[in-house]
Amino acid sequence: MAMASKAGRWNQRRLAPWLFLAPGLFMFGVYVLWPIVQSISLSFYDWDGLYNRDGEFTGRFVGMGNYAELMRDPAFETSLWNNLKWLVLYMLALPIGLFIAIFLNQTVTGIRLYKSLFFFPFVISQVVVGLMFSWFYAPNFGLFYLLTESIFGRGTAILADPELVTYGIIAAGLWPQIAYVMILYLTGLNNVAPDQIEAARLDGAKGWRMLWYVVLPQLRPATFIAVIVTVIGALRSFDLVSIMTNGGPFGSSRVLSYYMFEMALGEYGFRMGYGAAIAVVLFLIMMVFISGFIWKMWRDERER
Amino acid sequence: MFPRPIQQFSAPAQWLYTIALPIALVIWLFPLLGVALTSLRPASDLAQGNYFGMPSGIAWENYVFIFTQTPIGKYMVNSLWVTIPTVIGAVSLSLMTGFALAVYGFRANILVFFMFVAGNFVPFQILMVPVRDMTLQLGMYNTWYGLALFHIAFQTGFCTLFMRNFIKALPYELIEAARVEGVTEWRIFWYIVLPLMRPAIAALSVLVFTFIWNDFFWATVLTQGVDSQPITAGLSSLNGQWIAQWHLVSAGSILAALPPVAMFFLMQKHFIAGLTLGAVK
Repeated sequence: MAMASKAGRWNQRRLAPWLFLAPGLFMFGVYVLWPIVQSISLSFYDWDGLYNRDGEFTGRFVGMGNYAELMRDPAFETSLWNNLKWLVLYMLALPIGLFIAIFLNQTVTGIRLYKSLFFFPFVISQVVVGLMFSWFYAPNFGLFYLLTESIFGRGTAILADPELVTYGIIAAGLWPQIAYVMILYLTGLNNVAPDQIEAARLDGAKGWRMLWYVVLPQLRPATFIAVIVTVIGALRSFDLVSIMTNGGPFGSSRVLSYYMFEMALGEYGFRMGYGAAIAVVLFLIMMVFISGFIWKMWRDERER
Repeated sequence: MFPRPIQQFSAPAQWLYTIALPIALVIWLFPLLGVALTSLRPASDLAQGNYFGMPSGIAWENYVFIFTQTPIGKYMVNSLWVTIPTVIGAVSLSLMTGFALAVYGFRANILVFFMFVAGNFVPFQILMVPVRDMTLQLGMYNTWYGLALFHIAFQTGFCTLFMRNFIKALPYELIEAARVEGVTEWRIFWYIVLPLMRPAIAALSVLVFTFIWNDFFWATVLTQGVDSQPITAGLSSLNGQWIAQWHLVSAGSILAALPPVAMFFLMQKHFIAGLTLGAVK
């Protein structure tokens, strides 16, 4: 009797995790994992997104055709370059966010409110951020336009300038991203070991040297998360491009995420297979960073 | 503490800091302040080119206008219809997955865990065509539940990461002791672990609320038109109609920003705990 119940308990403990996982795994499998597989296979087809009268898939297998076309597509090249600009310039969020965090890491009256208000841009939807910056950049009366007019004598309508437009959008994206990085560093600074700082101070370390040799090494976990969320933020840049320029002028502010959407659901017709191929490229780029993240997590797990 | 506390500096330096704080804040929030002020500026001011001078009055009518003459109220209700079920769904699912991954040492554990984490970082575009197609096939295109189901599934990745780490940090002896007493696994989850999860549930609820309220991409891909579009997509299409009527665009923007901002202010501590992922405790 006792044996049987012990075995029952053991079986229960083997089965339990899978029962707890089942609903979550099912949803995640259906909506995330399986679509990735489908998208990859779809990228070898030419498909307009429709089914014939019998409900059959109407795609035509084209092998590497979509990818070969991508190689020759100037719009794809522009998007790729712009993605690179996003990635590189988005990293500015780290030093700026750290700077603001250091600036705000004091205990004066009302500082809590200041910290929250500095964090505001991150809480707001990117759609709203995009509209705010469009207003800021607006030709003729926008503050940015007036500012450039007073300095150079001629105003710059940054969102209408094919050379500058991407930088204008990236600046808008940096605003909430800096706020996010700032909050990560503020939390990190809160946990810097005070005794180490004091010891270093007694040794005569201050300013930059203190920051570089004593504080930054202790902020490493915060920096790691900040890099990850910033890279993902840069590669996910869809909302701002869509709201501020629709990829224009003349397609010069396209990024991969936006170009993919344009190809699959936009005015260029429903080129699902071609869109899927763009998505696969974006996915592969992201995978480089995801693997790095997972590798680091795996190492940390083993150390525990 | 780094940097050195300002109280240890000379009096002029302290003064300088006290003055620098509000100035820096105004510069930092400039786009937000400008838009907030524009939303209360009468249309006639803008027509006369008075964008930044003294407004001739406070125009609450801008807000009245967008509520009575545009479907913005409906868009906001639609957003709630997507957001609230998503919060409930994603938090419930991830409580269970997080529990499974934190408490049981089965062989595929780490693999399943990393799969959730990795899935969470995938670009939306790789999911777009199949998810849209599936939603259409199931007759859920343009419905709140079609959108909410996707969000629940996707957010489960991030929420599982969070819940699992939270449960891992709980004292494992509690669970051991209950097992010795012969408590079943489900009851351990329900009566021992769940009551301890309140802070994690609060943190994830505010975060997921904000993420979903602010989502634009999936709103565009899975909904269309006034009946089911959430506020982000709605605002974008209204923006197309209100070409250069900045007092209206501004009022709409402020309205769309309000719920997450309120949520953040009410639940600040939880919000930040969630965002820092517990990685920088």
